Amino acid sequence: MAKINSMADLQKKAEELKAAAVKTKSEKVLVNVSLATCSIASGGKEVLEAMKAEVAAQGLSNVEFQQVGCQTYCYAEPTVEITLPGKEPVVFGYVKGDKAKELVQKYIKSGELVDGVIPAAYERVVL
Amino acid sequence: MATQLRIATRNSGFIDPESVESYIAVGGYQALGKCLSEMKPADVIELMKNSGLRGRGGAGFPTGVKWGFAAKYDSDIKHVVCNADEGDPGAFMDRAVLEGDPHSVLEAMAIGAYAIGGNKGTIYIRAEYPLAIARLKMAIEQAKEMGVLGDNIMGTDFCFDLELKYGAGAFVCGEETALINSMEGNRGEPYTKPPFPAEAGYWNKPTIVNNVETLANIPAIIMKGADWFNKIGTETSKGTKVFCICGKIANVGLIEVPMGTTLKEVIYDIGGGIPGGKEFKAVQTGGPSGGALTYKDLDAPIDYENLVARQSMMGSGGMIVMDEEDCMVSVAKFFLDFTMDETCGKCTPCRIGSKRIYELLDKITIGQGTEADLEKLRSLSVNIKDTALCGLGQTMPNPVLSTMRVFEDEYRAHVIDKKCPAGVCAELLEYTVVDQKCVGCTLCAKVCPVNCISGKPKEVHVIDQAACIKCGACLDKCKFDAIIKQ
Repeated sequence: MAKINSMADLQKKAEELKAAAVKTKSEKVLVNVSLATCSIASGGKEVLEAMKAEVAAQGLSNVEFQQVGCQTYCYAEPTVEITLPGKEPVVFGYVKGDKAKELVQKYIKSGELVDGVIPAAYERVVL
Repeated sequence: MATQLRIATRNSGFIDPESVESYIAVGGYQALGKCLSEMKPADVIELMKNSGLRGRGGAGFPTGVKWGFAAKYDSDIKHVVCNADEGDPGAFMDRAVLEGDPHSVLEAMAIGAYAIGGNKGTIYIRAEYPLAIARLKMAIEQAKEMGVLGDNIMGTDFCFDLELKYGAGAFVCGEETALINSMEGNRGEPYTKPPFPAEAGYWNKPTIVNNVETLANIPAIIMKGADWFNKIGTETSKGTKVFCICGKIANVGLIEVPMGTTLKEVIYDIGGGIPGGKEFKAVQTGGPSGGALTYKDLDAPIDYENLVARQSMMGSGGMIVMDEEDCMVSVAKFFLDFTMDETCGKCTPCRIGSKRIYELLDKITIGQGTEADLEKLRSLSVNIKDTALCGLGQTMPNPVLSTMRVFEDEYRAHVIDKKCPAGVCAELLEYTVVDQKCVGCTLCAKVCPVNCISGKPKEVHVIDQAACIKCGACLDKCKFDAIIKQ
C-alpha cells in the first residue's frame, strides 16, 4: 500500500479508486453479500459460496463478489445486493436454499427478476 | 411514506469493511484531510457546535460543546474514547456501524483528537462483538499503513494512535465514568461528576467519550457542512437517528430516519406494522432506561425532548414493539430483571432497590400482589430515581413508572381481579373446557403432563384447576377450539 503523504495524495488515490469502481460497475455484475454477525449467523457465508460456485458452474466471468456489512434488513436475511452493468442495484432478501443458485441462473445471467426483492426506501448521503 | 436518510449508516452494506481502499473510494479520510489542511482545531469545534450534533448514546449532550470543554484544558496527553459498549436489550446499531464501516469511526476519532489537541484514542468495545473487533483491528492496521492514522498523519505534524480495550459485557460500563474506571482496570463502577471527563478522565487526563453512532456522523458533517446537517431534523434535535426495531414488528431491522419522524411512520411505514393481524399495544424506546409509548404517542415526532416529555427517552436507539399479547407488568419485570443483574452495586438505591422492585413485580405477576403493593412500587420507584448515583439507577424504574402510568388498568387487573388481561402471567390464567365444543376426543387428557384432565371418551372433559400447572399443552393440542385460556 502506498503511503499517503498529503491531502493531494489522498484525493488522487480516491479519484483512482473511484474511477476503477465506475469502470467495474459498467463492465461487471457486482454482488454485495451482507456479512455482518447477524447475516453470517443466518447463512450469508453459505450464500456467498453457493453463488460463487454457481457462477463458476455457469462459466460466467464478469461477476465480482464483495463482502459488505449490515444491509439493515434483518427480517429478510440472508440478503444480497446485485448490480447489473448500467442498472440500479437490486436487493434480494430471504436468499435461502436454492435461491442463491436461482439468482445466478436468472437475474445475473439474463436479468430476470426473482422473488424476494426488497424495495429501497432510503436516501443515502454520499460524500 | 416515510423515507429513511442514511448518514451514520451511509456505508454499511455498500463497501467492503475489510478494505481501506473501499472506504477511500467513497470519500473516506477526506474529512480528516480537510481538517488537517484547511481548518484550525477551534474551527472544527465551532463547526461541530454549529451543526447541532448531539450524543447518540442516549444522553444527547452537544458533541461540539463537549469537545470545546476538553480543548480548554492544557495537557500533554488527551484522550478520545469511542464508547462501543452496546448493551441495551434490542439494540445493535453500533455493532452494525463497526462491522460495516469501521474506518468512519477511526476517522472521526482522529478528527476529535485534532480538535481537542489530543493524541491518544481508545475504543472500548464489548468482547462479545468478535467480528467488530476483528474488523476494527484490521482497519487500524490498514489505516496506519496508509498513513491516515499513527505518526505524522498525511504528512502533517498531527499524530494519533489508537488501541482497543475490551469490556466484559457490563451494561453500566456504557456510562462514561464507569467506562473510564473499567478502562483503567478497576471495577466498572461510576463516580460522581464533576470532575467531568473533559477535565480529568482516563488516567486523570482530559478525555472525550463519544458513542459509535455519534462518531459515524462526523466525517459527513465535516464534508457537507454544519448548515447541511442543521437543516435535517427538528428544532432541538438535528440530523438523523439510527433505530433497531424489533419485537412484534414485520420488518425487524435497522433504520435511520431524520429526527422528527413519527413513531407511526417508523412502525407502520418502515417497520411494516404488527404481524399476524394483531393489535399494536406499545413500543419501548430507550431500552431499560426508557419507557413505554402507546397509540396516543404514535403521532409524536421522535426527538430527544419529545420522548422525554412523554416520559420515555431516546436512549441509544432500541425500539421494542409490543402487541396485544404482551403483558406490561411482565415487560416491566423483564427490564427490571435485566437491571437487577446489571447494577454494579455501588449505591444502595440501585443495588437493593432494583431487587425490591423486581420482587414486587414478581409478586404481582403470580397473583399475590395487593393494591398497597402498587403504591409501594410507585413510591419506591420515585425514590430510586431521585437518589441513585448514576444514569443506570436513575432510569432503572422508568419501565415500571411508565407502564404503571399508561397501563394502570392492567396492573389493577393483576392485583384486584387476579387476572392477566394479555394472557401471559401463567399463575393468573385458567384453562377451561367449553362444554359445547368438546367432543370428548381425549387428546387433551393424553397430553396433560400432570393428568389433571378427566372425562370419558365422547363425553365433555373437565380440567382440575387446583392440579393444573398452566402449561397450555391441552390448548395447543385441541383441534376443536374447545379449550380457552383466560
